[in-house]
Amino acid sequence: MEKKEHIISILVYNKPDVLARIAGTLGGKGYNIESLSVNTTTQYEISKIVMTSIGNQATISRIENQLQRLVDVISVDDLTNVESVHREMVLVRLDLTEDKKDQIKKAVDDNQWKVIKSGEHYVILEITGDKAQIDLAMARLEPLGIADITRTGLVALELKN
Amino acid sequence: MKLKGSQILLEMLKEEKVDLIFGYPGGAVLDIYDQLYKSKIKHILVRHEQGAVHAADGYARATGRVGVCLVTSGPGATNTVTGIATANMDSIPIVVFTGQVPTTLIGNDAFQESDITGITRPCTKHNFLVRSVEELAATIKEAFHIARSGRPGPVLVDLPKNVMAAETEFDPANIKIRNYDVTHKPVPKKLSQVFEMLSHAKRPLLMTGGGVILGRAAGELTELARKYQIPVTGTLMGLGSFPGTDPLWLGMLGMHGTYHANMAVSHCDLLIAVGVRFDDRVTGTIETFAPNAQIVQIDIDPSSINRNVVVELPIIGETKATLNDLLHFLAEHKYAPDKSARKEWLAEIEQWKEKVPLTYCQNGEIIKPQYVIEMLHKVTNGDVIVTTEVGQNQMWTAQFFKFDKPNSFITSGGLGTMGYGLPAAIGVKCAFPDKNVVDIAGDGSIQMNIQELATAAQYNIAVKVVLLNNGFLGMVRQWQELFYEKRYSHTDMTYAPDFVKLAEAFGIIGMRITKPADVEKALRDAFAVDKPVLMDFRVSREECVYPMVRPGESLSEMDLGTREMIN
Repeated sequence: MEKKEHIISILVYNKPDVLARIAGTLGGKGYNIESLSVNTTTQYEISKIVMTSIGNQATISRIENQLQRLVDVISVDDLTNVESVHREMVLVRLDLTEDKKDQIKKAVDDNQWKVIKSGEHYVILEITGDKAQIDLAMARLEPLGIADITRTGLVALELKN
Repeated sequence: MKLKGSQILLEMLKEEKVDLIFGYPGGAVLDIYDQLYKSKIKHILVRHEQGAVHAADGYARATGRVGVCLVTSGPGATNTVTGIATANMDSIPIVVFTGQVPTTLIGNDAFQESDITGITRPCTKHNFLVRSVEELAATIKEAFHIARSGRPGPVLVDLPKNVMAAETEFDPANIKIRNYDVTHKPVPKKLSQVFEMLSHAKRPLLMTGGGVILGRAAGELTELARKYQIPVTGTLMGLGSFPGTDPLWLGMLGMHGTYHANMAVSHCDLLIAVGVRFDDRVTGTIETFAPNAQIVQIDIDPSSINRNVVVELPIIGETKATLNDLLHFLAEHKYAPDKSARKEWLAEIEQWKEKVPLTYCQNGEIIKPQYVIEMLHKVTNGDVIVTTEVGQNQMWTAQFFKFDKPNSFITSGGLGTMGYGLPAAIGVKCAFPDKNVVDIAGDGSIQMNIQELATAAQYNIAVKVVLLNNGFLGMVRQWQELFYEKRYSHTDMTYAPDFVKLAEAFGIIGMRITKPADVEKALRDAFAVDKPVLMDFRVSREECVYPMVRPGESLSEMDLGTREMIN
């Protein structure tokens, strides 16, 4: 069976150690979490976790089954094959060194990257997009010399429930 | 009504109809023990916290009810881990209450602090740290509900000392917990598929597991097998879910299963597996497991399906309700097995059975362990609840004792915990004081929790220990004989206490039996007294458990052992 990245959306009760339970269950059974994003929903007592994992359909089904066994898990959905939108966010700091300064300013203008803070010696960009867009931006940022970077896990939302 | 946390705990135990707990006191649970002092709930003081958990586990397996234990924080809590993992692997409903340092000290590396919810997260069905007295009652109610509902399992509740001392309003009639939807939904489409498969099958086979016992479905399974003349094999955990003396019973399958059971699995064309999870000790090489069969798997837990063996037809549901639905469906649609095909299939199985019967050779002056087990069955008429330790003693019991009733064979199947049998037997005997309860032990395993003989002596819990003493860690030695050219690395246990004197030192009866001719009488004498007895049977030192599927082999390729054994 074909291995690919699956996006799994998990609704959980917002308990102190619910993330540890999920990470522990998957880690303990030998499944890998590629990316992870957690926050509360409109109801404070319920959180949504969006994680991605690479595997074939059988492996992903086993992951879903293992998660479903957890008492604090309300539902588990694989969004890979349902209509959904996906976003990631990257914050990047580029240092405005003498030799790169002009190149960086031009790239920021050309790509219409969002500058969220800048100073004499640095600029911090916020880039959001789906995986392909982020990968493209990363390829363009690389030659400019990334001073520091932080990247969120993927978030995803179905078009309908 | 305002009550302290410790009082609420005991009130909630009453609400849950708990009349017996196994425990060991300590600093963090002093408030609870002070309440117990005034309570009607019976408390059995074990000698090690692992023993408390195994006793609660044995109690749960024998009764089908939730077993309860209570220990202190830190080492008291960490000592429960093996017991909890044992219960978890076999899906046994227990609730373990652990003391904890006051909430203000949690995280400070306080005296006798341990992050027991963190430690037991992977080996409990669920666990709780109770952070305030207000959430205590609901948490306890939830813990019992989780332990017994769906696929059962152990639940740990960690109780900080200040929460036990704090007061709050308590109203047992008004405790709300989350709703868990575990209702059974019938699946008519799948039942008609089973009907179709059964109608086409020439060689159907039932495989019964622990889920049939936990799901109280032994009656339904037995009816299905007998009504339609379907032969039955079972996993270690399934023993007793179908009568071991019934002609349709083939015995256990798997690594130390019977030859005819394994041949039947390897040749059947339809395998209906109920409440099993296809553990590696059961399947042999996965690729060649039941190679000619379509497999139907009935289980309550979706994570047990397609995990090891890929099946044609999974049915997720309670074993009892599903089998009931299936029985109704088959009757309604007038399923009738093809009589001549069925006769041929049963005859074929009978031939395998005759070719390689389950046997051993009791000649000479040395006691064979299998002989002791057969004599135990004879002396008790099989009317006994048997626990075992782990290793050869466990496999011989599974092979040679014919269990007719569910909840009568109590063993650590999944985790394989040495030291399980004695405390588990104590738990069983506490639940059924009028029943004969026996721990079939090895000399290695018994030493792992031998301190519990003091518990048995203190309360006169009249368990009988059948010690099959071969002076070896027998099963490990067997593997060293077979796969490591008899290099017996650290398996010789000849240096051991004098078990008879040891029994007497604990205040129970000790016997030593060295001749085959004395076996039966010793057993009769042991059962004649209403006291704990340890019988030190000196058995053949290098007896092996046969037949055997070697690791990495198929079920159809069994090592039958030496012919001398079969003569």
